[in-house]
Amino acid sequence: MNVLILSIFWGIVMMFSGIALKKKGIATGLAIAGVLILLLGNLGDMSTVVITTSTFNDMLAFRGYNVLFISIVLVATLMYFLVSGREIENVGTGGFDYYALIFFVLTGIVIASSFNNLLMLFLGIEIISIPLYILTGSDKKNLKSNEASLKYFLMGSFSTGIMLLGIAFIYGDSGSLAIVPAPSPFGFSFTSLPTLSAVGALLLMFSLAFKVSAAPFHFWTPDVYDGAPTVFTSFMATIVKAGTFIAFFRMFAGGFASVQGSWGLAMQVIIFLTLLIGNLTAVFQQSAKRMMSYSSIAQAGFMLLAIYAHNDMAKEGFLVYTAAYVLATIGVFALLSRVADPGFQGFNGLAKKEPLLAATTTICLLSLAGIPLTGGFLGKYYMLVATAKAGGPFWLVIFAVICAAISIYYYFRLIIAMYFKEGNPEMAPVSRGLKFWLVVLCVLILALGIFPYEVLLNNLLSL
Amino acid sequence: MLALLLILIPVATGLATFFLKQGNAAKLFSLLSSLATLGISIGAAICTDKSAKSFQAPFLTNLGSSFSLSLDGMGTILVLLTGISLVLVFISTYKNTYKDPSRYYALMLLSQAGLMGVFLATDGLLFYFFWELALIPVYFLCSGWGGERRIAVTFKFFIYTFIGSLLMLVGLIYLYVLNPGQSFSLTSLYAMKLSPDQQSVLFWLFFVAFAIKMPIWPLHTWQPDTYEQSPTSVTMILSGVMVKMGLLGVIRWVLPIFPYAVHEYGHVVIGLSVVGMIYASLVAMKQDDLKRMIAYSSIAHIGLMCAAVFSVSELGLQGVLVQLFNHGVNIIGLWIVVDAIEQKLGTRKMSELGGLAITAPSLAILLVIMSLANVALPLTNAFIGEFLMFNGLYQFSAWYMAVAGLSIILGAVYTLRMVQKVIYGDTNSLTKTMTDLSLNQKLILAGITVLIILYGVNPQPLFKMTMDTVHTVAQHI
Repeated sequence: MNVLILSIFWGIVMMFSGIALKKKGIATGLAIAGVLILLLGNLGDMSTVVITTSTFNDMLAFRGYNVLFISIVLVATLMYFLVSGREIENVGTGGFDYYALIFFVLTGIVIASSFNNLLMLFLGIEIISIPLYILTGSDKKNLKSNEASLKYFLMGSFSTGIMLLGIAFIYGDSGSLAIVPAPSPFGFSFTSLPTLSAVGALLLMFSLAFKVSAAPFHFWTPDVYDGAPTVFTSFMATIVKAGTFIAFFRMFAGGFASVQGSWGLAMQVIIFLTLLIGNLTAVFQQSAKRMMSYSSIAQAGFMLLAIYAHNDMAKEGFLVYTAAYVLATIGVFALLSRVADPGFQGFNGLAKKEPLLAATTTICLLSLAGIPLTGGFLGKYYMLVATAKAGGPFWLVIFAVICAAISIYYYFRLIIAMYFKEGNPEMAPVSRGLKFWLVVLCVLILALGIFPYEVLLNNLLSL
Repeated sequence: MLALLLILIPVATGLATFFLKQGNAAKLFSLLSSLATLGISIGAAICTDKSAKSFQAPFLTNLGSSFSLSLDGMGTILVLLTGISLVLVFISTYKNTYKDPSRYYALMLLSQAGLMGVFLATDGLLFYFFWELALIPVYFLCSGWGGERRIAVTFKFFIYTFIGSLLMLVGLIYLYVLNPGQSFSLTSLYAMKLSPDQQSVLFWLFFVAFAIKMPIWPLHTWQPDTYEQSPTSVTMILSGVMVKMGLLGVIRWVLPIFPYAVHEYGHVVIGLSVVGMIYASLVAMKQDDLKRMIAYSSIAHIGLMCAAVFSVSELGLQGVLVQLFNHGVNIIGLWIVVDAIEQKLGTRKMSELGGLAITAPSLAILLVIMSLANVALPLTNAFIGEFLMFNGLYQFSAWYMAVAGLSIILGAVYTLRMVQKVIYGDTNSLTKTMTDLSLNQKLILAGITVLIILYGVNPQPLFKMTMDTVHTVAQHI
C-alpha cells in the first residue's frame, strides 16, 4: 500500500515542481529521490510498517510475492533513471512532466501486481497504458513518434475494450469479479470453466497478451518501439512489460490456475507463436533498435512459459527471469540511445572507442542470450525446468531451446559489430557516472546468475 | 583444494591480465600463471590424498546443484594435458606478437579455466556451466585474432556448439526431473534406473552435444574452417584439448548413465565414426593447406577414439584414455611446426613449400618425428593407444575394425605426402628465405619428442593413472 500512495504522491510532486524549478538535472535528481522513497515504502510493506492497512475491501492484496516483485520493478526503475536520466530530460523541456507520467505508470504497476479483483486489474492496466500513449508521442515534432503514439493509442484502446468484454462475460456468468473462479454450487471443483466464463477468460488472455506483446497480438510492438524516443522504448520494453506481465501472471498462474483446462491450449499456441515469430523476425532486422523490440517479443515467449507451468519453480523463475531481462535490456538500451545510427553498422568498431561500454553491453547481451553465469541463463533454465516439471509438452521445451539458440544469432550480431568490425561509430559523449552505473548493472546481472538466492529469492522465502 | 586451485588460478590471473597495460607484462604474467597451473596439475597427478583432489561448496542448492569438483583418472590425465598445453602454447609462440595482447592472454587463461572446470565438475549443472564458459573466450579469440573469414566461420562454430549444448541442457533437465533425489550430482545420476525409452531419448540429447564438439561425421563441418581461420595458438587449444571435452562427456556422462542406449545405438555411433574416419582421411589427402590437412586428420583420429569408446570393451576404453593425452600432445607438436612455417614464410600451402630440410634442418627433423607420431608408428606414444582401440573395436565387430583399419594406411599416405612436399625436394624462391626454428620452439618440440618416446616405450604410468575410470565405467555398463 505504501508504494501505491507514495507513487501517486510523488507523481504529483514531479508535475508541479516543474513550474518552480527550472535548472537542468534537478528533475532527474528529484525522480531518483522519489524512487528511493518508494523503495523505502516497499521495505515498509515487507515489514508491515505501512501508512494504512486498508486494502479497499480486499480488492488489493500486498503479500510476499507481489511486494518482492514491486521491489524488482523499483530497483529497475532506479537503474533506469540513473542510466538514462539525461536522455529523459533531453526529450522535452526539463523532463518533469515525463517523470510524473513514469511515476503514474508505477502506480499502475503496483495495482496490476496486487489486484484481487478484475476491476482492479482493469484499472491497473489502464493506468499503465494511458501515460504510455503520451510518452510514445513525446517527440512532438517527429512524424514517426506521432504515428507510433496514435497507432498505440488506437490499438491499445481496442484491446482494452476486449478486456472489458472478457470481464463482463465472466461477471455475467459467475456474478463475481474475484480472480478466483466461482466455486461450483454442487461442491466439486472444476478443471475447466463454463462456456461463457471460458470465453471471457480467453478474451482477457488475448488482451493481456496484446499488452505484453505476445504473438499473434504483437504487431504494434516494433512500430511503437521504433517510433518512440529510445529512452521511452527502453522504459516500455522493460519496466512496463514486467508490470503488465505480473498482471498476466497473477490472473492466470494465480487465480485461474485451477481451470487450466479452459486456457492451457490457447496458451500453448500463444507461446509457440511468440517464440517463433519473435525469434525469426529478429533475425532479419537491420536495425539494432528493431532487433531489440523483436527480442522483447521473443523473451515474452519464455516468460509465458512461467504462466503455463505456474508451479513453485515457475514462481521463483518468473522473478529471476523478469529481473534479469529488465536489467539487461536497460543496459543495452543505454548504449542504443547514445549511438547515432541504430543500424547494426552504426556499432562497428565501438569496442575500440568505448571499451567499457562495449563490455557492459556484451554482458547484457550474453544474459539476454542465456549464457551461464548471467541471470538470463538462470531465468531460462528456471522456465525450462518449470515446464518440464509441470508435465508440459516435451516438444514445447525442445522448441523453446531451439529458439534460444536462434536468439544467439541476432544478439551476437551486435557483439560482432562492436568487437570484430572496423569503424568509427558516431555517438553521444559518455559520462563517467553512466559507466559506473552500467558496471553496477552488470554486477547485478552476474550476481543474479550466480547467487540468485542471496540476491533475490531468499527475500521471498523469508516473507 | 588442489581441484579448486586448478580453476581458481587461471580465472584470477586471467581477470587480472585484462587490466595489464603492457603487452610484454601480460605475456610473462600469463606464462607464469600457466606454469603455476601446470605445477598444480602435476601435483594433483602425483597426490594420493583423495580429499585434496576434490572440493565441495554449496551452489544453487535449491536447484539440486552443488559446486563439486573431483579428480578421477580421466580427469587427472586431461587436467595434465590442459596444464601442459597452455605452457607449450605460450612458450612456442613467445616470440609472436598479437594485437591487443592483454586481452588475448586474458582470454587464453579464461578458456583454460573453463576447460579445467569441464574436466573436474562432478555435478551436472556445474558441468553445463563450464561447458558453455569454455566456449565464450575461445569464440572471442577466434573472432578477434583469426584469419580473413574468421567472423563467419567462428560464428558458425559457436552456433553449432551452442545448439548442441542446449540440447544437452534439455537432457540434463529431464534427468533432473526424473531423478527421485532431485539432484545433479554424478553419483545420484549413476544410481538412477531409467527405462529403455527414457534412455534412448536422453542418450541422443547428450550425444549430439558431444558429437558436435568432437566432432563426429556428419556434424563436423564447423571444424576444418574453424581450425583454419583461428590463430594457430588457439587451434592448438581447440584441437589438442577442447575436442577432448566431447570424449570426456561421453565417457563420464553418457556411458554409465545410459548403458542400455549405449548398447542399443552403439552400432549407429560406431558406424558414423568409421564413415567419418574414412571420409576425413580421404579429404585430408586432397588438402593443400597444412592446417586443413591436420584438421581432417584430427577428425579421423577422434573418430577412432569415439568408435573405441562405444565398443564398450575395457581394452578399447583404456586405449582411448591414454590417447586423450597423447593425441593432444602430438597434435600440438604438429601445430607448432606449422605455426613456425607460417610465421616465417606467410603461407601454409604445401604447393608453395618444399626443400625445408635444406634451409631448416632441425625443423625438418622435428616435423618428421611429429608426423610419425601422428601415424602412430610403434615406439611413439600414439601407437599403444591406437593398438588398444583397434583391439577393442575388433572385439565389437571385426568388420568395423577392418574398415577403420584402412584409415591407418590412408593416414600414412597423407602424412608422409605432407612431409615429402614440405621438407623434401628443391627449395624455391620463397623457402630459400626460411630460417630454422628459434630456441624456444626447439626446446618445446624437444620436450614433446621426449614425451612421445617416453610414453611410447613406457606407457605404464598413463595406464595406472586412468585405471579407476575404466573400472567405474565397466561397473555401470
